Amino acid sequence: MTQDTQIGGPSGKFPATRWSAVRAARSTDLAERKRALETIIVAYWKPIYKYTRIRWGKTDEDAKDLTQEFFARLIEKNYLADFDSSKARLRTFLRVCVDHFVANEAKAARRLKRGGSAEHISLDFAVAGFEMEQAKVSLTNSASPERIDEFLEKEFLRSLFGLAVEDLRKFCESRGKKTHFRLFEIHDLEDADSERPSYAELAAQFKIALTDVTNYLAFSRREFRRIALEKLREMTTSEDEYRREARALLGVESE
Amino acid sequence: MNWLSDDAISRLQAASAMPDFAGTRYRLMERVGSGGMGVVYSAEDSILGRRVALKVLDFPDVSGELATRLLREVHILARLEHPGIVPVHDAGTLTDGRVFYAMKFVEGRRLDQLDARKDRLFDRLRIFQRICDTVAFAHAHGILHRDLKPGNVMVGSFGEVLVMDWGVAKIIRSTPESAGECLSEGNATHATDSETTALLETGHGAVLGTVGYMSPEQARGEIENLDARSDIFSLGAILQYLLTNLGGTPLQPLSAIARKAMAPERASRYASSIALGQDIGDYLDGLPVSAYPENIFHKLARWASRYRLAIVLVLTYLVVRVLLLLWFRR
Repeated sequence: MTQDTQIGGPSGKFPATRWSAVRAARSTDLAERKRALETIIVAYWKPIYKYTRIRWGKTDEDAKDLTQEFFARLIEKNYLADFDSSKARLRTFLRVCVDHFVANEAKAARRLKRGGSAEHISLDFAVAGFEMEQAKVSLTNSASPERIDEFLEKEFLRSLFGLAVEDLRKFCESRGKKTHFRLFEIHDLEDADSERPSYAELAAQFKIALTDVTNYLAFSRREFRRIALEKLREMTTSEDEYRREARALLGVESE
Repeated sequence: MNWLSDDAISRLQAASAMPDFAGTRYRLMERVGSGGMGVVYSAEDSILGRRVALKVLDFPDVSGELATRLLREVHILARLEHPGIVPVHDAGTLTDGRVFYAMKFVEGRRLDQLDARKDRLFDRLRIFQRICDTVAFAHAHGILHRDLKPGNVMVGSFGEVLVMDWGVAKIIRSTPESAGECLSEGNATHATDSETTALLETGHGAVLGTVGYMSPEQARGEIENLDARSDIFSLGAILQYLLTNLGGTPLQPLSAIARKAMAPERASRYASSIALGQDIGDYLDGLPVSAYPENIFHKLARWASRYRLAIVLVLTYLVVRVLLLLWFRR
């Protein structure tokens, strides 16, 4: 083994941030709790909206209402206080909560009308609706629990990666590395009808050296991975859970 | 935010799974393939300024068993210094916990990518002989490959033949004097050192290998019954592939060699890959092969084929001589 190899790069390590949105969501500090819940909602509202539409066969409008009401109730009733990461994954827990919520939809709707105290959450359903059309998913209410979990897993990953890509774009822009992000976008994100552009083609298109393409893409992927793992860490409560999730979702090994 | 398709998610997952060699001497270039338990990338060794191949464990490995197997593969490769086995340069663990090793980057084609129109039977048989030599070398060092198949043989741009992917190889201690004919029934003993024991425990009863190329005893998971003749079965299957999958009707002696190598009963197979390679060499030299008993007509045909140039010259000489005699007598 070489010395170089043992040293490794700082960016190769798992993120050092230990902040967990799930843990913070149980905090007595209101500001901390609000921040934590926002983090969770940002990552999960799209999967939950899509799940409600597909699994429960709700119309676009109904699913929008239910999703908003669900997260409002999540905040109001502090559902996450009952979450135990040793028993289930967060998305499985949320799915069960959603199922209960939708099953009691009429009752919940009446309570909301009567109370009217639920916090309004601003969610961009137009984007989620567009994504539903793109995904062309087919999950009926007769689907097996495994299939449902698979669907939620995929949608959570899509949501997580989407947020990470957006953060990466901002990160690159703030550091004057727009070309890095653009290369990443063209090579790794965009769907091409024909074959994906080769490194040589990208070098010619951007008028940079072939090694620059390699380095820029390596930078973007490394940073994407770092950001995605940071986000994932926020969604977990323990190191063990985090590593399990990282392995399952990203296919990476931890230290 | 842009819509991420399923394909884009897969690419991002792959990018996330891409090993991070930051801070090391290697600069990743591209993914070139995958083996049983790892992914192979091409990379540049920035210190030596050369291209290398990096095999990195890329499977979620909760138990650590795969990392152990990859490291064992490195140790096996390091132990086998032979022109037919890709040399290992370096090994280690990345900061993200993934085990890797660096080896020579081989440019060329896999055996299953040969082109029947370009690669003549003679050339294919010479390649096969070299595979037999390499496997014989490994057997002499107490190692069974256990996954020999066309996809695990590389033919380099300059004719070099390399047996790849020793990930499921099995270490069996052999007696020193048995270097030439080792690991056959009777003279092979299972090692009891920790390394081999670990391997046996890992592989006990497990079916490792490739259907169509693994011996019947291997397919049945009879780990304790594996010896050199299990690899010889796989060599026979490779020979069969070279004879039939690349077009043409195989000649009887060659078919007989493949049949003998692939005999269902181990005792009926060649005792060593040296013997198998020798039969191929004999065939190429126009000599009788042990797997194919000849009758008088076969012998004459082979003799005529082997000495056809001499026969043509003698016959030409005789014809000219007769013509000259007739001319002068006229």
